[in-house]
Amino acid sequence: MEVNKKAYEAYVKEVTPVNKKFPNIIRAFLVGGIICTIGQICTTLIMNQGAEKDTASAWTTLILIAASVILTGLNIYPKIAKFGGAGALVPITGFANSVVAPAVEFKAEGQIFGIGCKIFTIAGPVILYGILSSWVLGVIAYVLKAFGIV
Amino acid sequence: MQVGKASIKFEEPPVIESMASIVGKKEGQGPLGKLFDVVEQDDMFGADTWEQAESALQKQTADLAIEKGDVRKKDIRYLFAGDLLGQLIATSFGTVDLEIPLFGLFGACSTMGEALNLGAMTVAAGYADKVLAMASSHFATAEKQFRFPLGYGSQRPSSASWTVTGCGAVILTKNRKEGIAAITGITTGRMVDMGIRDSMNMGAAMAPAAFHTIQQNFDDFNVDENYYDKIITGDLGKVGRTILLDFMKNKGHDLETIHTDCGIEIFDPDSQDTHAGGSGCGCAASTLCSYILPKIKDGTWKRVLFVPTGALLSTVSFNEGETIPAIAHGVVIEHIGN
Repeated sequence: MEVNKKAYEAYVKEVTPVNKKFPNIIRAFLVGGIICTIGQICTTLIMNQGAEKDTASAWTTLILIAASVILTGLNIYPKIAKFGGAGALVPITGFANSVVAPAVEFKAEGQIFGIGCKIFTIAGPVILYGILSSWVLGVIAYVLKAFGIV
Repeated sequence: MQVGKASIKFEEPPVIESMASIVGKKEGQGPLGKLFDVVEQDDMFGADTWEQAESALQKQTADLAIEKGDVRKKDIRYLFAGDLLGQLIATSFGTVDLEIPLFGLFGACSTMGEALNLGAMTVAAGYADKVLAMASSHFATAEKQFRFPLGYGSQRPSSASWTVTGCGAVILTKNRKEGIAAITGITTGRMVDMGIRDSMNMGAAMAPAAFHTIQQNFDDFNVDENYYDKIITGDLGKVGRTILLDFMKNKGHDLETIHTDCGIEIFDPDSQDTHAGGSGCGCAASTLCSYILPKIKDGTWKRVLFVPTGALLSTVSFNEGETIPAIAHGVVIEHIGN
């Protein structure tokens, strides 16, 4: 074929429609904002019951995760994520969804090779590199402290 | 008779004696909804897992094609069938009960074209009086294997396609004057790799393959677009169609009015949120057996070039940064009689 691959790539880019960025940003802002507001409401209500801030945060996290798990099971969370994009992906509810979805999907392949092996197929990289980067940051903080810089 | 570089013209064209199409609920709600033989409301097809569901879909469709053709199972000498799953499990489990000698085929979404190519060759050569050609795909099994678990929330780009839950089957027969349509020729595709790496834009990966096969068909048979009433690709979708038409135009062929694509026909992107269109082996196969063949049978179209397209990627090749090679197989299907 006469068209070379570079030229084809550029041409494909030209003819492929792109998702509209601005409406997506607005929707992500709305959905992400609503999820965070719900989290804040939970925290405030729990603190009003006399709990410490840390305890209230832990309870809020649990409530949001539980809500996401249930909504994933009911096939509602994918619809929220489709609408809200990163707004639904970034909060902890998105993380919970990424763990539960493979667990549900691969249940048919058994407890060990199905759920056990596949549950972190999406969240695994986040966990691995999350831990790795906190370790690296920890080392940097240690060094900076040792030299009295911070 | 061999013609040109990659085509065969059949002196005694195999006849499509029977056809069957079974699809899922979403396909049933699409523009072709009323044309399918069966629209199954249960996406699990009464099975426990998605893979079993696709196997059940194949079995039901094969049984229906056999029943509609009033053919005895034992008279079908070979089965040419395939699907999208690793090691063809939908086909191997779905066709056990048929007890017909099987050639399991993988051509990604072009599988129906491959099955028709091989089936027609086998029948025309006299190695079988009847063969059954079939291909299936299931949205849930394909998503699970190639993309994300169904419950995972994500946004699909506008160039992405939607895997059809569906299956199409035809029975090809030798020495018949009557039937649904005749396969008068084939043009077998070769691998075409234009360096596309975006698995969410398979139309762009497959369009050059479709272009190559159509061009090869024109060259081999010494014809042009005027020879056909319709040229119908498998699952290029909207992006792929744009590219194909551009490529053809550069060669001096205007396919604007005679080209359509099964992936574009099977869904309504606005109301069904299917983005670029339908895809999967079942897309071309079920559209052939519900929409295309009846139009050829009633003479609306006298001669159609059917070109199922396949993107031959795997999750391994994709993760290893490979490009997406593609293939397209051409089948010349003609109206029988005047």
